[in-house]
Amino acid sequence: MTFYLAQQTINALQLGSIYALIALGYSMVYGVLVMINFAHGDLFMLGAFACLLLAVLLPVHLPFVVILLLVMIVIGLLGAFIERVAYRPLRDAPRVSAIITALGCGLVIENTTLSLSPYPQFMPELFDSRTLSFGSLTVTTLQILIIGVALGLMLGLDFLIRRTSFGMAMRAISFDARTVPLMGIPVNRMISLTFFVGAGLGGAAGMLYGLAYPQISATMGVLIGWKAFIAAVIGGIGSIRGAVLGGFILGGVEVMAVAYLPSTYRDLISYSLLLAILVFKPYGLLGQPPNQKL
Amino acid sequence: MRHFLDSVARCRWALPALIAVGFAFVVACEYFPLLNDYSKIVLITVGINIILCSSLNLVNGYMGEFSVGHAGFMALGAYASALMTIKWLPASVFELPLGVLFGGTIAAAIGFLLALLSFKTRGDYLAIITLAFLMIVKSAIENINYVGGPRGMTPPVLTNLPWTFFWVVVTLWVIRNLIYSKFGRAITAIREDEIAANAMGVRIREAKILAFVTSSFFGGVAGALYAQVNFFIDPKSFDIVKSTEILVMVYLGGIASLGGSIIGAVIFTVLLQVLQPLGTWRMVILPLILVLLMLFRPRGIMGMRELTWFLPAGELFKRPKP
Repeated sequence: MTFYLAQQTINALQLGSIYALIALGYSMVYGVLVMINFAHGDLFMLGAFACLLLAVLLPVHLPFVVILLLVMIVIGLLGAFIERVAYRPLRDAPRVSAIITALGCGLVIENTTLSLSPYPQFMPELFDSRTLSFGSLTVTTLQILIIGVALGLMLGLDFLIRRTSFGMAMRAISFDARTVPLMGIPVNRMISLTFFVGAGLGGAAGMLYGLAYPQISATMGVLIGWKAFIAAVIGGIGSIRGAVLGGFILGGVEVMAVAYLPSTYRDLISYSLLLAILVFKPYGLLGQPPNQKL
Repeated sequence: MRHFLDSVARCRWALPALIAVGFAFVVACEYFPLLNDYSKIVLITVGINIILCSSLNLVNGYMGEFSVGHAGFMALGAYASALMTIKWLPASVFELPLGVLFGGTIAAAIGFLLALLSFKTRGDYLAIITLAFLMIVKSAIENINYVGGPRGMTPPVLTNLPWTFFWVVVTLWVIRNLIYSKFGRAITAIREDEIAANAMGVRIREAKILAFVTSSFFGGVAGALYAQVNFFIDPKSFDIVKSTEILVMVYLGGIASLGGSIIGAVIFTVLLQVLQPLGTWRMVILPLILVLLMLFRPRGIMGMRELTWFLPAGELFKRPKP
């Protein structure tokens, strides 16, 4: 019984770290622009497809780290491009226009991918995974790699936000977006950079997800993306550490629900949890209530 | 010409006349072969989409919240009416009207609960609550064997053009009268500034309940009509994709405008049919149109404006000359 629990805990860590990586992208964008980037889930999906293309189409066999970096850069650039083309012109428009534009961009990405690849694709194995067993507990090296890469990226992001000048500028923008340009901070460049980093993390999450669950399809961006968005909200949207916490909580709840209950109850339980948390803590676990002024 | 159009727009008889002609036409379609079945289905879909769009506009446009759970109310209405027509009252004369009313009532009851939740949270967090509501409804239906679970249900085909037309008129009439009533002013005041409205003595909670219950009632009505026209419903037909479709229609047509809702629903439904040969690419083109529209006209086609026919006489003279 304890072994079963330990086994499920490892699975939960794997799923949770992927949710956390995607949730970070939602939270970072919300932090600087106070906007829900509904296209983020589809960027996550494109990350998996970019990895597939790089692994299958290129004649040379690239090492894992190079593919990861390439995927992050490509998806990051795409995220920054979407911000530049679709969101920046709407920065002074009513907030809901930007949200609808994001929804539209997400639909465009999703359905373009769907039209180009109508059937689910299979992700090749990028490296041969071995199974380690400790007693009756089995862990694959792939799981260790996924959890390790995800944790490494999160620590890297934490360093970026707390220790670098870019991170300081980003936090300043989310604290007071009007005063920041007066202090000589190039707001537009910082927002582009935020989108680059957030989308890059989403792309990396897509690649890790494809390695963990090798069947990838164009619609997974919507399914997994909305889940990760919920993770961001549970933690308190806009809060970086909250996003990580929410990702692991959601991953844990989903895996445990499937482990101990019929699997069709998974969504019911995770969304009821979300509703319960929002009723008692309306701004998430680590979130700050917004200032409401007259 | 312009003068003529203007006088038509201001003629108080034009709208009732149009409704009467429309009703005569749809009834005639039932008895004479004026339209083929395909056009009838398209027209019924347009009608259902107008109901969905204008009822969502009440919460998203006039009250200024961002609900993404409208497909959940649709699902409740569809399943409630399907239960009525398949299991409880099969082969009764009143099954369609009763089923639709029952579907709307069930959806309205759940909408009341959602309104209670909206007292504490608003804005993005309320959007997420509606999302959670949608997902809970969908997976709850999937887990109830009595209604077929993930396999869905096959209600009889009962919806016809006259009934759809009737419900479209009822929806628009009720929502239009609600908006220009005292309660409607309260709902709009919440959109403009909830705290200030509260300070002015607007009963926020009453207005929110009224808006949510009305909106979800007509969402349920649309779902019930949808269930009886499609021959098959399953939980998957009411997921976030359906909600997104309704949102696209609302914001395409324009927020806080019933005329906009009609235009948005008509354009969206007809374009989907016209672009049929393109296959899945049409769902690339439609969102692209929406994005471009948002970039160049952030309020949608008719945002914050209204067809003159829907305005009460007292409002006509306040409008600035175009």
